[in-house]
Parts: sequence; C-alpha cells; structure tokens
Amino acid sequence: MSKTSQKQHWWNNAQYRSLFFQVVLVAMLAGFFWFIGTNTLANLDKRGISTGFGFLSLKAGFGILQSLVPYDESYTFGRTFLVGLLNTLLVSGLGIIFATIIGFTVGVARLSNNWLIAKLAGVYVEMFRNIPLLLQIFFWYFAVLRSLPSPRQSWTAGEIAFLNIRGMYLPQPLLGEGFSFVIWTFVLAVVATVFIRRWAKKRQDDTGQQFKMFRVAFALIVGLPLLVFFALGSPLTWDVPKLQGFNFIGGMTIIPELTALLVALSVYTATFIAEAVRSGILAVSNGQTEAASALGLHKSKVLKLVVIPQAMRVIIPQLTSQYLNLVKNSSLATAIGYPDLVAVFAGTTLNQTGQAIEIIAMTMSVYLFISLTISGFMNWYNKKIMLVER
Amino acid sequence: MTIHVTEPSPSLPAPITSVGVVGWLRQNLFSSPLNTLFTLAGFYLLYSILPPAINWALFQADWVGTTREACTSDGACWVFVGVRLDQFLFGFYPPSEYWRVVTAFSLIGVLVAWLLIDRLPRKGLVGAFTIFCYPVIAYYLFYGGAFGLPLVETYKWGGLMLTLILATTGMFFSFPIGILLALGRRSSMPIAKSMSVVFIEFWRGVPLITVLFMSSVMLPMFIPEEMQIDKLLRAMIGIIFFQSAYMAEVVRGGLQAIPKGQLEAAEALGLSYWKSMFFIILPQALKLVIPGIVNTFIALFKDTTLVLIIGLFDLLAVVQSAFADPKWLGFSVEGYVFVASVYWVSCFSMSRYSQYLEKKLHRGHAR
Repeated sequence: MSKTSQKQHWWNNAQYRSLFFQVVLVAMLAGFFWFIGTNTLANLDKRGISTGFGFLSLKAGFGILQSLVPYDESYTFGRTFLVGLLNTLLVSGLGIIFATIIGFTVGVARLSNNWLIAKLAGVYVEMFRNIPLLLQIFFWYFAVLRSLPSPRQSWTAGEIAFLNIRGMYLPQPLLGEGFSFVIWTFVLAVVATVFIRRWAKKRQDDTGQQFKMFRVAFALIVGLPLLVFFALGSPLTWDVPKLQGFNFIGGMTIIPELTALLVALSVYTATFIAEAVRSGILAVSNGQTEAASALGLHKSKVLKLVVIPQAMRVIIPQLTSQYLNLVKNSSLATAIGYPDLVAVFAGTTLNQTGQAIEIIAMTMSVYLFISLTISGFMNWYNKKIMLVER
Repeated sequence: MTIHVTEPSPSLPAPITSVGVVGWLRQNLFSSPLNTLFTLAGFYLLYSILPPAINWALFQADWVGTTREACTSDGACWVFVGVRLDQFLFGFYPPSEYWRVVTAFSLIGVLVAWLLIDRLPRKGLVGAFTIFCYPVIAYYLFYGGAFGLPLVETYKWGGLMLTLILATTGMFFSFPIGILLALGRRSSMPIAKSMSVVFIEFWRGVPLITVLFMSSVMLPMFIPEEMQIDKLLRAMIGIIFFQSAYMAEVVRGGLQAIPKGQLEAAEALGLSYWKSMFFIILPQALKLVIPGIVNTFIALFKDTTLVLIIGLFDLLAVVQSAFADPKWLGFSVEGYVFVASVYWVSCFSMSRYSQYLEKKLHRGHAR
C-alpha cells in the first residue's frame, strides 16, 4: 500500500483535492459578491439613492387600514414597519390556532369508523389542498365577502354582532377599574397549576397515588378569576356596535381582508395538518392499543397515555413545517391589500422611499427570524418528547 | 336395531342486521347514537351543498353564446369562460402564432409520455433529447426571432401557457442545482457544507413573495446597467433558487436513507466520488424520493400563481383581470371555478401518479 501512495500524485490525494475545491469555491463566491457589490454601489450612485437606515425616522405620510398600535400619517417609516410586523404576527397567530383545530378534527375524522364522515373529511382534504392558496384568498375576498349585504342590510346575530360588506362588527370589551386584578389572578393560577402538576407527577412517581389534577386545575384557572371578578363587582362592560347613518360605530371591527386571509390560510393549511395527524395516528401500531387495553386501561386513557403521545412524535416535525408555511404564506396578504409586513413595508414604504436593499433585507430577516424561532421551539419540543432509546 | 342418523341441521343465514345493505349501514353509519348523529349531520351537509351547486354549475348554466345577454338563467354563465378561453390559455400571444405554443407543449407531452409509459423502448435516447435538445427547441418556438419565426416578446406571454412555462423551467433547473446542494450539505468539506446549509436555510426561510420582490426590485441593481434582464427571466431566477432549496432537502432525505455500506462498496471497487455518486448512490436515492419530488413539483405549480403580484400574467392573473371588463362584470365565481378546476385536475392527477409510482417502486423492497 505504501508503495502506491508514494507513487500517487498530489492532485490525487483526497485531502489536497478537497482543499483545492474549497479554495475555488470561496474564490468564486468572493468574486460573485464583489461583482454584485460593485455593481450595486455604481447603480445606487447613478440613481442618486442614499444608503443606510436613516429613512426609518422620516415621516411616513400614508394611512394604514388596520393597526394594533396607535398609528396615523404623522408617524415614521419605522412605525410602519412595526405596524406591518404586528399585523403579520396577528394573522399568523390566529391562523395557526384555527388551522390546528380544523386540521386535528379533520385528521381524526378521516379515520372515523363512520363511513360518511371519513369520506367527507377525505373530500375536504383532496379538494382544498390541490387549489392554489392565492386563488382561495381571492375567492373568499372577491367572490364571497364582496357579495355580502351593505351595512343597512347586515346579517346579524342577536343585534350584537354584525356582518356586512365592510367587515365583521363585534362587541368590544371595556375593562373597568380593577380588572387587572382578575388578569393577575389568572396568571398566578396558571403558575400555581404548573407547580402543583409537577408536584403531583413526582408524588405519583414516588408513591403511585394519583392526584385529581383536572378538578384542581379547573378550580384554580377558571374558578378563582371568576370569584375575584364578581367580588370586584363585575368590572367589565361591552361596547356594542350601533348602526349610525351609513356605517357602524363602536365595537370591534374585523376588516374583510383579515377575514378572507384568515379563512383561506386556515382552510388550506388545515388540509396538510389533517394529513400529518392521520399519518401520525396510523403510525402507532395497533398492538400498542391492544396491549394498553389488555393492561385494563380505559379507552380514553389508552388514547391519552398511549396513542397520542406516540403519534405526536410523527406529527410534530410535519406540524412545524406547516406552521412555517402558514407564516410565510401570510405574505400573500399583499394581493388583497391586508396591511401585513410585505404589503406595508416591502410595498408602500419601498415605493415611497426607494430604499429597496434595506427594506427587502429587513423584511427577509424578519421572516428568517420567525422561521428559525418557530423551528427552534419545535425542535426543542420534539427533542423533549422524543423516544429515548437505551 | 335402529340406526340413528343425525343429520346436521342446516346452517341458518346470518341475521339480516349484520349482512348486506342493512348490515353495512349499521356497521358503518349507525353503529352508535353519536355516529347516527354524525351521519345525519353529514347527510344534511351534503343535501344543503350538492344539489344547489350541481344545479348552478350544470343544469341551470348557460353554455353557448358570445355576449352576456346569452346568460339568461339563474345558473353559471360559462359563456364568459368560453369567450375568453383563448386569452386564458395564451395570454396576449398573437393568435396567428398559437400553433407554436401548441407544438411545443404537444412535443413535451409526447416526450414525457414516452418516458413515463413503461413499455416504450429507448428511454435513454428520448431522455437525453428531452434534457438537451427540447429546451432549445422550446425556446425558439416560444420566443422566436430565428428560423423565420416572428419574435414574440415575453410580456405578451400569459395564461396557462405562462404558468406551465414557469413551472417546468423551475423544475428543470432546480433539479440539478438541488442535487448539487444536497451533496454539498452532506459533504465532508466544511466550507462547501456550510455554504450549502446557509443557501438552503435562507431560501427556505423566506416567503416566495419576498423572493419575487427581490428578483424584480433588487436584481437589476446587482448587474451592470447595460445588461437588462427580462422581467420574466428575473422571476424565473427567483423561482429556480427558491425551488432548488426545497429540492435539495428532498434529495437529502433520499441520500440519508441509503446505507453507508453502498458507498463503502463503491469505494472498495475503486470508483471515484463522482462515479460512485452518479452510478450507485443517486439512482437509488432519487428512486426513493420520487414522491417527494412530485410533491415539490405540485407545490411549485400552485406557487406560480404568485407571479401575478409582480405583474406577470399567469392563468390566475389573466382571469382576475378579466373580471374588470365592464362588459362582463359579476362573473368572478365562474372565473374562479374555472381556474380552480384547471389547477385541481393537474395537481390531483400528479399526486395520484406519485402514489402509483410509490406503490410500483415499493415492490422492489418487499421481500
């Protein structure tokens, strides 16, 4: 062997060769960035565009349809970034909640022993996942919500909530004096529940005695805040929307753009979550259920203690990527004018300032940050519930 | 002496409640009170959706005519779709040149069918022709400007034709790039590896819309001003990069599934890295992930609709803009149903084909 390796030319040596390839790669990359960099600087110079983030403190001077923080034309471009970001987070958060609920329901329904329900769930999944999301958003926005009646002929639920072409009007809770005590009690109750649960689990591990966790948790989390609420004399009133002239005043308004986006995102993503849930449940072998039943566990306990924890291991990674997709897909908002990050910042703000590089970079970093955070959290959770093989 | 002959009593038929239609109904629809409730709710749902929908789309619909006056009944007005069908399919491509588009798509249709149908011979030759010659032929057919074909600028391309062009070029180029990135990610060279990881994670972490914005706003700044890149080409570049990152992850999944022994055996035979990859590892890995590849293709096909946001006229964009025609106001539902069914049929048949492939290829693994 040593003879041949001596005869070997240096360019046939794997180590040198990989070093050589990598040097070439780095040189190519550096050349590429140098090419882009010089061109960009030259182009910016020619067009007289200044660089830097100074524009963020300039006055924006345009209105935004919906904002979670105080905003009007007199605020800065930095504020428009914040408004867009919060709107993106709002629609993503709500979308994740709804999509998860629908997805789990449909996924379980597809495995139902009721033939009709299983088929209906299958039709739902096959229908909505094969149609582009943008088309669904357009459909809900232009075809469904635009055909709603005018404010005077609103559809109403008990004269409290109203639905018309301008949006959905819901009563808004007005927090009276002392309501913060109720919120604090609730937070304390949740913290206490976590600690009691830990103690109960330890006690069960040590002594085998079970603790009636559900009742205690229910009393703490629901009962205690309610008690405080009534003890303070119900410090909560509702601002019910009223029709005045041609429009409603008061209450909370959910703009049709948000509704359309939310419906489309949840309905679409739920089909993929349903498939993840189905594959997760199918991945748990039937022998596990049989063994658990043979041990004498009740049907609900079999599901809760044996099937679902194992199914979750299959479901979690797929669920993660669906959540990421949902957050990224929320950027389609820009097509119907819901003021999300892309519409407000990469759209209007870019048009007004011309700072393409800074704005696109900021927008992309936000999505990268959200993506990495969600996948980081889900990976941590995944690791926590992963099968420990000995 | 008497002989007792005990005849076995004839077996009774199974109770009517457990066989046949009644048994099936009891078992599958009405097995418990809760299930009965679900079944009734399901039937009510079907009853309230299906008959009106079928009535609207078929029985009460108007099919023939050239103006909106032809739509007299309560149902769908398919006249709208029929009148604008040319535009929906070809965008603003000059009608006298439609034959070029049809030729190009028929040719690729024949080639792909040849590759997919198992019985036909000479797969290698046809495959090489598809990969190396077809793109050139298609380019000249679509764009023209040579061989006596008049030039058709890309801003005139649109409709289903544009959608298909975007999807197939995205797939065609992202495939080799994705394979290279996947190999890079699993390579032992630290710099090549980290560059692949950064590339993949970056493009997978951002929405396609921002990629398209970037390609339409920032790309012109990255190149010298004399070099103007066509708008369609810019969008294609964005889509290809985006798609390559997803393709890389699919291929990586396949590479991970190939046992290490395969590579060791190839090395023991004295094959170089590239030879062992191309002849031993990749064929096996790609075969494993064909369903995943089809899935990314389906996702790409649906995602091409997003190009309407940067002003390209794909199928959805053409239909969407047709609603603004004052002569045809109020037919958005018909338009959306038409586009949705085009996408649905394509995506559904692709997913069915991938399931068929999965079953067919799985046979080799069964022992």
